Amino acid sequence: MLQIINMYVNGRREELAVDIRESLLETLRERLNLTSVKKGCGVGECGACTVLVDGVAVDACLYLTMWAEGKHILTTEGLKSPTGELNPIQQAFVDEAAVQCGFCTPGLIMTAVELMGKGRKYTREELRKEIAGHLCRCTGYENILNALEKVVGYPKEQGGE
Amino acid sequence: MESVGKSMKRVDARGKVTGEARYANDLKPKNCLTAKVVHATIANGRVLSIDTSEAEKVPGVVKIVTCFDVPDIEFPTAGHPWSVEPAHQDIADRKLLNERVRLYGDDIAAIVATDNVACERAERLLKISYEEYDPIVTVDEALSPGATPLHPNLRKDNVLLHTSFRSGELGEIDYEQAKEKAAQKYGADQLLEQTGVYKTARIAHCHIELATSWAYVDTNGKVTVTSSTQIPHIMRRVISQALGWPVGKIRVIKPYIGGGFGNKQDILYEPLNAYLTIACGGRPVELEISREECMVSTRTRHAVRGEVKALYTRDGKLLARTMDEYSNGGAYASHGHAITASIATIFKDLYHDEYGCRSDATTVYTSSATAGAMRAYGVPQAVFIADCLVDDICAAGGFDPLKFRMDNCVGAGFSASNGITYYSYSMKECMRRGAEAIGWEEKRKAYEGQTGPVRHGVGMSIFMYKVGVHPISLETSSARMILNQDGSMQVELSATEIGQGADTVFTQMASEITGITPDRVYIVSTQDTDLSPFDTGAYASRQTFVTGKAVKKCGIEFRKKILDYASYMLDRPAEELMIWQNRICEKLPEDESTKIDPAAVWADFPDVDFKPFDLKDLPNGEDSILRDTGNIEGRPGKALLDMKDLAQTAFYSLSRSEHITAEVTSHCKENSFASGCSFVDLTVDMPLGKVKINRIINVHDSGRLINPQLAQAQVHGGMAMGIGYALSEELLYDAKGRPLNDNLLDFKIPTAMDIPDLETIFLELDDPMGPFGNKALGEPPVISVAPAIRNAILNATGVAMNELPMTPQRLVEAFKEKGLI
Repeated sequence: MLQIINMYVNGRREELAVDIRESLLETLRERLNLTSVKKGCGVGECGACTVLVDGVAVDACLYLTMWAEGKHILTTEGLKSPTGELNPIQQAFVDEAAVQCGFCTPGLIMTAVELMGKGRKYTREELRKEIAGHLCRCTGYENILNALEKVVGYPKEQGGE
Repeated sequence: MESVGKSMKRVDARGKVTGEARYANDLKPKNCLTAKVVHATIANGRVLSIDTSEAEKVPGVVKIVTCFDVPDIEFPTAGHPWSVEPAHQDIADRKLLNERVRLYGDDIAAIVATDNVACERAERLLKISYEEYDPIVTVDEALSPGATPLHPNLRKDNVLLHTSFRSGELGEIDYEQAKEKAAQKYGADQLLEQTGVYKTARIAHCHIELATSWAYVDTNGKVTVTSSTQIPHIMRRVISQALGWPVGKIRVIKPYIGGGFGNKQDILYEPLNAYLTIACGGRPVELEISREECMVSTRTRHAVRGEVKALYTRDGKLLARTMDEYSNGGAYASHGHAITASIATIFKDLYHDEYGCRSDATTVYTSSATAGAMRAYGVPQAVFIADCLVDDICAAGGFDPLKFRMDNCVGAGFSASNGITYYSYSMKECMRRGAEAIGWEEKRKAYEGQTGPVRHGVGMSIFMYKVGVHPISLETSSARMILNQDGSMQVELSATEIGQGADTVFTQMASEITGITPDRVYIVSTQDTDLSPFDTGAYASRQTFVTGKAVKKCGIEFRKKILDYASYMLDRPAEELMIWQNRICEKLPEDESTKIDPAAVWADFPDVDFKPFDLKDLPNGEDSILRDTGNIEGRPGKALLDMKDLAQTAFYSLSRSEHITAEVTSHCKENSFASGCSFVDLTVDMPLGKVKINRIINVHDSGRLINPQLAQAQVHGGMAMGIGYALSEELLYDAKGRPLNDNLLDFKIPTAMDIPDLETIFLELDDPMGPFGNKALGEPPVISVAPAIRNAILNATGVAMNELPMTPQRLVEAFKEKGLI
């Protein structure tokens, strides 16, 4: 059964008819063509479909679209500036070679954006915990942590690693 | 070198961090139908009937096909180059859907519908009846007398393949006779023996992208499959075999893929996907399997058991070893026959035994998940067995494991029975560097005589790994280069980007040879078998080596054509010209003072056991190697012409219009060995069974690095995979052959909290075989990690853990058994 939902996706108001059983993952991918939101498991194990809902990182596969009424959704497509410049965390991922196959990348970047929104800094150990919900099989997380540290880590002189 | 050897940023990084890079499922059309595979719920038996009548009534269902409908064609799935010799062809042992059920989850039917809910509803309404046989889940069950043959037409005894290799005198005499000879030479009281049984676990690849494809029949009648694969051209051939269609009527497109690690070096559900679109009148059909299906219905790493024996002297000289190894191959052959040989070979070759080595490997069909290619292709298993044995010898004989390896490991100039030779040999130098970095001697000393529940240990393991598949199989690759009107160029290959950075290193290579800067080299990332020149794809750590040669050869030809045109425009001999940073320049003699002296390069490695070689002595002479003939010799002088002006003229000249392109095939008949080692320092909390890795260092000789930053990243990933292999990953089955942990929650791949900081060391020895002195790198990082961790636990606790993974439960049981807790 379809129902009408209103939500903001990457700053734009969307009015959609969706199946009430639909996950936010399916709505974003299939109806809005926001394919940065990746499906790696569909059951909240891998973190590849992470998006921000009102600034909070959630697995879109576990989030019913109907719950998003009136909420602001941010996906990786919404991060670039209008003139195409990368967000600092995106640039850090490029510079630190934190990207390999790239499938877990958008989800990790969204968690990093959530951390950036908290207005604080993190130790490397704290960052390990913050991204423990994301599985990556390519990088061993080393360069991902390096990229995160660049943007939300403590500077070295303040006791950062 | 201008581009090669630099840490250029990935050419695909921007597309991947913006989420704009498109993967197979991102590209499917709006009107795509959805397919679901129906899996058997018994582990061994036969489908007697499938009643689809109720299921077909479900709204949205378009088509249901069963194992009774598909073509009666058995096909192979291994991602190998095809062999024209029937004896070397891959084993054809499965149909698109199988009436004979050989594992729990075998593919017996498929449903196509407008959406996945309709598929699921229809599946529940299928009425399936089976004839059930006893499941044969383990190797022992499958080999026991009276076990049901899973493939009676191919193998009556369930033995997929038995391989036996012998080296040295063990080629002539057996182990006991060697022991007698050794007793005469060294005295019987000088001889010691060690036996062991070592086991590794079945694991899943866990690439984060699922196995996924979608297919339709194009207006020209071609069935067109877009797939997440490492091997588009091989896939085209296998789909053709599976359908009984000519190859020309198949088209495979490979966009970015979300990891493969060997699972996608196999043909998974793409032939079925092709069949389903044909069955639906050519309408587009997507077939994306679930994570649970991905874990058990695609491929896995072989679980193995190695029974070994070694003879050595009291002063630490290895005399003879034997191995009887059994791999659980699962229900279908996949790569099993080739991996068997790989395991037997590396166990034999990694160490030098005075009297030789007997290495027997057997891969067995069982009613469980099919095992296939996974990163390093049997070598992690072989090295686990070989290096557990070495450290057990050291513990029993009182030897330092580093010194024992130095004394007994494969030596400089080693040439395998198939001719592969260690040209740039650095095994011992890798060990020295790793030992120095971890502080081997001090730590071994400091960790002696520990007591208490928390103990520290340091351990190591070594590996060797050949590059590509020559001479066992064919190595061939094509490359195409095209000049654009602005003086930039395209590079087209069928070597695939699977996350390892292939597109970037080929861009660097093309730039190096042509003199066109990397920002103007546009590599076409997507392969389309209708457009992309032939290459077999990403596996065997072959691409920078094998495809690299094709890129180099093509670059030389492309460069020559550009200079010929420049010669025409400038009215000067081409020999006086060179391309440098997008300009045609005068070519000046090479500055002798800046020319690299090969001897000086080697001087950086005073301890390397290296024998100088003459290029003419190499198997195929200078020509096929291109080492000294391809690089630009000379230095740029005055700039004479911009590439843009040259290209414009070449395209549009009214007197001589020429579209400058080059296309070559490079048949690679060379190989070499990459090598390296892992060093681990860890702490074991015995009552908790908890292992904390304090430091882990991988040392690699992969020859010259094309892109050091990406090379390091590649090693990180392999090390993390090795840590998971050591400590947490195992796919479990119950006695009836039902999977117990076929999901990412219960099958434990490491998270960021499970991985320490990863340290890497590279020895960049110039290898004469590689197009730029480079050797294999993709797979090796995973190989030696698990045995190094195991040996560090042995050092810490004195307990030899002989089975992977070393989970807290297994550790606690072992410590209890030894009375340590």
